[in-house]
Amino acid sequence: MKLLKELMKNPMSCTGLLFVVALALIAIFAKELSPYDPQAIDTYHILEAPSQSHLLGTDALGRDVLSRLIYGTRISLLVGIVAVGIATAIGTVLGAIAGFYGGVVDMVIMRLVDVMLCFPTIFLIMAVIAFLEPSIWNIMAVIGLTSWMGVARLVRAEFLSLRSRDFVLAARVIGASDWRILFGHILPNAIAPVIVAATLGVGSAILTESALSFLGIGVQPPTPSWGNMLTAGKDNIEIAWWLSVFPGLAILITVLAYNLLGEGLREVLDPRTKRS
Amino acid sequence: MEIITFIAKKLLWLIPTFFGITVISFTVMHLAPGEPMALQANFNPKMTPEMRERLRRAYGLDKPLYVQYARWLKGLVTFDLGRSFSPDRRPVWDKIKERLPVTLLINCLSMLLIIVVSVPLGVAAAVRHNSPFDHITTVLVYLGYAAPSFWLALLAMILFGIKLEWLPISGLHSLMGYSAMSTMEKVMDWARHLVLPVTVSAVGGLAGLSRYMKSSMLEVLRQDYILTARAKGLPENRVIYRHALRNALLPLITILGLSVPGLIGGSVIFESLFAIPGVGQLMWSSVMARDYPVLMGNLVIVAVLTLLGNLLADIGYALADPRVRKGIEGEQ
Repeated sequence: MKLLKELMKNPMSCTGLLFVVALALIAIFAKELSPYDPQAIDTYHILEAPSQSHLLGTDALGRDVLSRLIYGTRISLLVGIVAVGIATAIGTVLGAIAGFYGGVVDMVIMRLVDVMLCFPTIFLIMAVIAFLEPSIWNIMAVIGLTSWMGVARLVRAEFLSLRSRDFVLAARVIGASDWRILFGHILPNAIAPVIVAATLGVGSAILTESALSFLGIGVQPPTPSWGNMLTAGKDNIEIAWWLSVFPGLAILITVLAYNLLGEGLREVLDPRTKRS
Repeated sequence: MEIITFIAKKLLWLIPTFFGITVISFTVMHLAPGEPMALQANFNPKMTPEMRERLRRAYGLDKPLYVQYARWLKGLVTFDLGRSFSPDRRPVWDKIKERLPVTLLINCLSMLLIIVVSVPLGVAAAVRHNSPFDHITTVLVYLGYAAPSFWLALLAMILFGIKLEWLPISGLHSLMGYSAMSTMEKVMDWARHLVLPVTVSAVGGLAGLSRYMKSSMLEVLRQDYILTARAKGLPENRVIYRHALRNALLPLITILGLSVPGLIGGSVIFESLFAIPGVGQLMWSSVMARDYPVLMGNLVIVAVLTLLGNLLADIGYALADPRVRKGIEGEQ
């Protein structure tokens, strides 16, 4: 509650929070909010410019762009949040182990992080996806598996500084297991930067998904995703600007909302790293 | 002398990292369910199990994984990455080699653009902290960070290419009459074609770096030696540009090194969008065609490029920072 109050005080994080909540509501109530069925083909009204009946126009199959955007919110949020969940889980466990045990374990894990960071994420993702069915579940898993390195570094740094604290010693003295010390005692003290990184990570995961879908190797049509809607925009670039403008705007707003919220959380939760 | 030790150490670290890159590339390709031959074979209804087995043997896929890895690695160090699955059957390295210069050219140009714009922008925002100028750049930075680059590319194509007809939106040079142009005209033609891809691919980096530059500069301006410089009565310009900027620029070198994979990754999108025949487009078409040797070769080459970029950044940092140069342990 106190956290919420702090977030609402800053105009930037307040905007971010409101948009994040609004987007979640749009995703949940997509069915109720959409004026049309997002898959309904209407050959009498193809590529119509925005008008009273179709607020954001129609695409090459006469489908309502607004309804498809609303349903696209579901895909984007789902992919963003699940992918970040996977990345955060992997990064936290590996980072915690590396920071807590140090030595060879630390060196091996951190080398792995360095090596993974040498690959442009999109190349790595594309290489894996080439051999998988491009389903939404595979996309989420692959994005998660290729974006945990930042969290791992962060958590490792926290654990390095926390592991020699008195409360860790105290837990050890009363005979707590390593597992318990790691995740029961140290992790709760290191959670703030993880939450910040995860919130910011949702934005970049959404960007990655939309880029993949745009390239035709992400979410496949007819399922509406903002990325594959932009592909349609590219195909009709000379005649239908609305197909290009609105889906991108939706991505921009969503990513911006998560970034603003993330920055806000950073300032509230983690006064040390306060940025200007 | 210390700098030599430093560079030698960095060079030594290259070896395990390189092995890591090869192991991960190899694992990624072989962990993926369904081997490449199976995918190819499935498209061919006439393929009998015997033929499939023969093909597997021909590509060495029947051998244990470590044998396959050793064989592939041996080829890799001699730039023998196998042959493409596509009908032309050309060596993979040849395909990559002819496309690398274009990708590198575009990435270097956008890196240059990023530095030239974001350094002064970041400095100005830091010096005029909390001014309207600072607030406007902050908003722009947030927007630039969140906007999908391929969307910006689409918008730029619509505006400058189609509505205003100022710039071409596809290819590296004009298709008509290019061979008849003089050298000067050819250069201008290239430049016109490169404006959009270079500018748009720089946007993300611009946002990130100007933000970084600003906070780095703010940090430096709080240091004691800046106070000393001001107390000595030095003119403010001298304090900012000689004393502060030089220190604030240091971490920039590392950040630039770290931004290499992002830039190269972006080329997949820009090259397929603007029809530029570079490594990114090759990657995309090899994914679409399931051209497994090209995919794997591309992945490794690109990662090695990033590794070299990071090495250059480390050396650059060492040369620029007297603490590292003279072997004095800095505070960091």
